Amino acid sequence: MQSLQIVYFAWLRERIGLPRETWETKAETPAELVAELAAREDRYALAFADLSAVRVALDQELAEFDASLAGVREVAFFPPMTGG
Amino acid sequence: MGDLQIRVQEAAFDPGALLSDFDQLAARSGAGAVVTFTGLVRDLPGGGLHAMEIEHYPGMTEKALTAIAEEAAGRWDLGPVLILHRYGLMRPEEPIMMVATASAHRAAAFAAADFLMDYLKSRAPFWKKETTEAGDSWVAAKAEDEAALDRWRQG
Repeated sequence: MQSLQIVYFAWLRERIGLPRETWETKAETPAELVAELAAREDRYALAFADLSAVRVALDQELAEFDASLAGVREVAFFPPMTGG
Repeated sequence: MGDLQIRVQEAAFDPGALLSDFDQLAARSGAGAVVTFTGLVRDLPGGGLHAMEIEHYPGMTEKALTAIAEEAAGRWDLGPVLILHRYGLMRPEEPIMMVATASAHRAAAFAAADFLMDYLKSRAPFWKKETTEAGDSWVAAKAEDEAALDRWRQG
């Protein structure tokens, strides 16, 4: 098991209803982590229903959903960015 | 490599004052060209925007902006580079962000400012939310913003 800080931004934060949580996981990739979270409660399942609208960062670097979570401490989920 | 200034702040700023300081810094570095871009909160077509709120990812924002500025400094021969981006609540017509680049000649300064804006729009963790009479809504990312990155990948 690995202890992760998970952070959510923008509408993901609003749908899930919290900005940050600690989560014990066996997931090896963000995709596996999403599946685990979506199985917890409907609000997670709804937030992660369309992964094409979700981006992931591992320790504050953009990553792919099949990247390795080995050694990662913070995972962030958020919609495509709209700065500028 | 010139001086890279990255600022992420809630407070409003004065683009004129910032540019004046930047021009002096650029001139001292030997630059002959300065290009700036200022992003403003634009009202909706027909009006009705009460406010814009920008959320960001503290920590990652600064890292992402620094990485983008370093990438630009690696591609072009630049003097100082400034990226300032606000977060929090702002009103229509207020400045949101500013980019400034300096170089010996204008071509590099224009290209670097264009590059910074393209990357900043879809690689820096900011999210805009608009507040209108009808309620709040998150601004959707545009496909063309992502496509704009492709032209920097060729060659």
